[in-house]
Order: sequence, then structure tokens, then C-alpha cells
Amino acid sequence: MSVLVDRDTRVVVQGITGHQGTVHTRQMRQFGTQVVAGVTPGKSGGEVEGVPVFDTVRDAVEKTQANTTCVFVPAPYAKDAVLEAVDAGIRLCVVVTEHVPFHDMLVMYPYARSKGARIIGPNCPGIGAPAKSKVGIIPNVVFQPGRIGVISRSGTLTYEIVNGIKEVGLGQSTCIGLGGDPVVGTTFVDALPLFESDPETDALVLVGEIGGTAEEDAADHIRHHFSKPVVAYIAGRSAPPGKRMGHAGAIITRGKGTAQTKVAALEAAGARVARFPYEIPGLIAEAARGARR
Amino acid sequence: MVKLAEWQGKVVFRKYGVPLPRGEVARSPAEAESLVRSGKVPLPCVVKAQVLAGGRGKGGAVRFANSPEEVREAASAILGLEFKGEKVRELLLEEKLPIGRELYVAMTLDRAQRLPILITSAQGGVEIESVPDAQIDRQPIDPFPGLTGYEKRRAAKVLGLSGGQARSLERVLDSLWNAFQREDAELVEINPLAIVGDALTALDAKVIIEDDAAFRHPEYAEVRDDRTELEEIAREKEIAFVQLDGNIGVIANGAGLTMATLDVLTEFGGRPGVFLDLGGTDDPKKVTEAFLLMARAKPSAVFLNIFGGITRCDTVAKGLVEAMGQVPPAERFPLVARIRGNNEAEGIEILRAAGVTAVPDLRSSAQAAVEAARGRP
Repeated sequence: MSVLVDRDTRVVVQGITGHQGTVHTRQMRQFGTQVVAGVTPGKSGGEVEGVPVFDTVRDAVEKTQANTTCVFVPAPYAKDAVLEAVDAGIRLCVVVTEHVPFHDMLVMYPYARSKGARIIGPNCPGIGAPAKSKVGIIPNVVFQPGRIGVISRSGTLTYEIVNGIKEVGLGQSTCIGLGGDPVVGTTFVDALPLFESDPETDALVLVGEIGGTAEEDAADHIRHHFSKPVVAYIAGRSAPPGKRMGHAGAIITRGKGTAQTKVAALEAAGARVARFPYEIPGLIAEAARGARR
Repeated sequence: MVKLAEWQGKVVFRKYGVPLPRGEVARSPAEAESLVRSGKVPLPCVVKAQVLAGGRGKGGAVRFANSPEEVREAASAILGLEFKGEKVRELLLEEKLPIGRELYVAMTLDRAQRLPILITSAQGGVEIESVPDAQIDRQPIDPFPGLTGYEKRRAAKVLGLSGGQARSLERVLDSLWNAFQREDAELVEINPLAIVGDALTALDAKVIIEDDAAFRHPEYAEVRDDRTELEEIAREKEIAFVQLDGNIGVIANGAGLTMATLDVLTEFGGRPGVFLDLGGTDDPKKVTEAFLLMARAKPSAVFLNIFGGITRCDTVAKGLVEAMGQVPPAERFPLVARIRGNNEAEGIEILRAAGVTAVPDLRSSAQAAVEAARGRP
């Protein structure tokens, strides 16, 4: 049992006829994912990489029993694409599209939730469970079946870290790139219980970034509800104080949101915090040995 | 993000019905004086620098005037100012109102709750960061069903308003909520929201529009902000580009990897200057464009950190060598590359053949980049 995706995951790719949609449909199929349908309005009847294309998600679901979507449609249409998928009965929406306005997410997220659907992203690399299924754009080469879970707010840095885990002879149970946008469908706190209850995960790597309070909230959750070893890394310790969201934003995050507060919170919750990405594989190998004992 | 100047924010507020003092924009002392003489702005009035930085009152960028001569004098004094690094080019002249208490009202995004939030305080007119937590009220607003009657009544109570003043606040909050949603704002803030008799008036306006929603708002395309010239060019080419104080240029793919790269360079004593995020590109043309943009920033050395997942390292290397050839010899700088992932060996070979230090290890390559930048201007 992996987290959120497995061999029964049947993927519809929204925006399959675009460059990204086509490239990653091929990559997902090479990974072993069941990509059963594509959707691009007005292009039904065609095929992309051997996958039938439909005009609507509803048609795709009726004909192919798709249960998961991977969204590549351009940002102005992403909200509509997700609402369409949710209304068609899709219960997992992986939104790769970047630059989705957060005001749109403020509608998509509660709507999906009210229908029992989950969004991962937007602006995320997606999710992968080696030897089972991958939905999104994480490179196939970094994966190797194993027992380390990965949750991350980054993109490329995630690939680097997942790859590092492979290079020390370990593998991954499930990796989820949550996306770094201000509003995401799945946060660390949302994802942690999935790994806690996953019997195939022994230890977890958590990759955070400066900004927001997602890592502090994760630390609080880990302290009370997460029993497996955690190795964390926070990118951006040296970044200068960024162009922030003005005064009101600073009040909400008062006393939180810096690399220092995140590292301190995670350490206080019992996580080992790597100072650099290349320290992670060693730390997680150590943690995994401890977990199996 | 698109930060609007006060007067631009007030144009937005007026559109949604937030009560404002009578006022006009002036760009020269003569224009300021004539606005008063023609009666468009009544006396006494306040003359305010239109800059994005806060703390204008204390910084001499806001003055009061009682006569056309005083207006002219205040205008020429303020127009000459450079306020917190920003040259004052525009003034807002507004009637001076007999104000009572000053309040704070804002709407923004609460990322953790994934909801808009209404922030209010009875301690308006000062920087909100300096107000103690206990005197700030936070009220999440659910977009379904939107700002409700009870939330508005509650805000009035928290701010100690009743009667006509409470009803005025409720109208202001409706206007703010509509502006926040329909203009795709990250922030709408009124500080101070002043009590004038039985009603409320917004004496200042702070509005920030979300960049990602630009496709819905062509009207903000021309609004100036605090990007440098090179940052602006990068924006047009869809490359994330930020100028810092240091001298080592950093090119990486992905925001997280870019930040991690800065962390490692800093650890080894380097000072990152410009950082440039290629994003998830697999387009060698974009690599070339990015490199040439970097060259224009005149770094002492450049550190390239690429993890090729879907991106192929050899393709990136070719784009890089191509770009290096286009930089005039006098403007060249040492380049250190850390290349990892897809077709890594081929990429490293291409770069080494072109005289670039290229290795797969992040730690040693970062040290090499710091070394290369040392002693150079």
C-alpha cells in the first residue's frame, strides 16, 4: 500500500495535447502509470501517445473509469479544469500548472474538499510511488522502490534529494511534491498522516522552504502525531528578507516563517535537520536503520 | 506583485465605494498650487509623496499647508526628495479633515488557513507591526458564502463603533471585500481609517495585486514597481531573476534548488549576487538567454547548478557554450558548473572542452566558485 497512488490509479491527463502534456504522458507511461485518457476541449477522437483524447472529463471517466487527473492546462483555465474533474467524480487532482492565481485556489480547494476530492499543487511536480504509479513530472530516473517517504515544497530540489536517497542504496515508498504556492491543496500537515499510516514507509524526508508557516505547522503535527523518524531540510537560510506581502502578511506570520524558526521548530519536534541537501542521504540512512531496529 | 501607489490604490477604492477625502495628483509645484487655487483641492490640505515605502509622515514626505504659497513650498520640498531610495515624482494633495479616532482595516490571505482574513485594530495610524497582538483582531472570511453580516457587526464591535459609524464601517468592509476579490488583490489595507463625524474615511490606501492574476487585469500592466531594469527584462523572458548585493552569479533550475545553492555558497564564504532560476526548462535557447542576461549583470564569477531530471545536462551544456561565445572577451568571467543527472558525463565533457570547471559534486563545485570569485571586483 503506497500513499494516494498505486497500481489501480487510472490517470486522465487534462491538457494532453500541449507540449508538457504530451511529453509527460509518455514519461508517465514509461514509469508504468496507467494513463487511460486525455482531455482537450475540441480534440476528441484523437490519440496522444496511444491514449484516447476526449472533450470533457465526464466523457473520459465514463469511457475509461479514470479516477485521478494530472492537470497541465494553462493557468487561466486551471480552475475550471479542476472543478470539471471534481464534478466528474475524480478524487485526486494533481495540478502541475504554475502561476495559478491564489484567488482561484481559494475556490478550488474548498470546492474539491466539499466533494471529498484532494488537490495536490498547483505548481507542483506531483506524486510517485516506485514500481506502482507516478502522476506528474518527477523524473523517472530518480526513483527506486524502497521504504523512505518524501514530502517537499520544492521541485527540482526534490528530484535532487530523491536521487540522493537512491544513491545511498535506499529507495522511496512514495514521494509527493506539494508545490510552493501560497495556497496548496495538500500541505505537510495534510500529508503527514498518510505516511504515518502507510506500512511501507519507515522514515520520512521533509523538504521545506522559507516563507509561510507550513514547516512550523508540520513540526507541531510531528511532535504530537507522527511516530516515524523525520529528516528535514529548509532551503533559503541565506536568502535575504524577501519581497514580502506587505504589513498585513507580516502580522499573520508574526515571529514565524524564517529559516531559523522552521529549523528550531522541527528540531524541537525531534526531527534531524540537514544543513545542506547533500547531508540528507546520510541522515536518512541512519534514521532508517534506527527505525527498522 | 504589483504594488500600487496610494493614489492608484484610491482609484481602486473609489471604484468600490470606499469613502475618501477630496484629492488630486500633482507632478510639479506649479500644478500643486493651481489645484488649490482652482478650488479642486480645498484648504487646508495635506501634501503627500507618492512612494511605496512606509513611514512617510516621520520621514518628512507628508506636509500640511494652509495657503497656495505653502502648498507650492511643500510640493517643491517633497518632489526633490529621495525617500528610502525612491525618487518622489508624484504628489497626492488632499483636503485636511477634522478627524477623530484612527482605525486599521485590512484584508489579505491567510496561507495556513487557506482563507482570506480580515484584520482590524482600534490602534490605526501607526505601523501595524508595532501594535501588540492583543489589540489586533483576525477574522477569517470563507469565500463561500463571502463576508457575512455577523462578521461585519463583530468587526464594528471590536473597533468600538456603533450607530452611523458602525453602518459606515459595514459599507467600507463590503467595498474592501469586493475590491479584494474582483481585483485579485494580495492585500487591501486602510491605515488609517479615520472617524470623521458620523462616518469613516480612508486616509491612506495600500493595494497589492497578485502577479499571477495579471491575465485578468491588463489595466495594471503599466504600473511601475520596484524591479530593476534587468529584472524587468527577465520578467519578459519568463526567467526568475533577482539582484542581491554579492558578486557571484547563480544560475540554477527550480526555486528550491536555487535557494539551496545560495545556502551552500554562503556557507563557503561566497556572496551570491544575482540569482537566476531557469525553472523547469529543457530549452537550450532559454539557457543561452539566461546566461547573456547574467553577463549583463557583470558578476565576478558565475556558478551554474543544474540537476537534469527531464532536462538533459548535455543540452544545457551546449546552450551554455553557445552563450559564452557571444560574450565579448573583455566582459568574460570565470564559470564553474555543477552538473548532475541525465547525460551528466556528456554535459561535463562539453563544458570542460570549453574551458569550464565542471563537476557533479555540489560541495566541491561551490567551493571552486567561491575561490574563482575571490579577488575579482
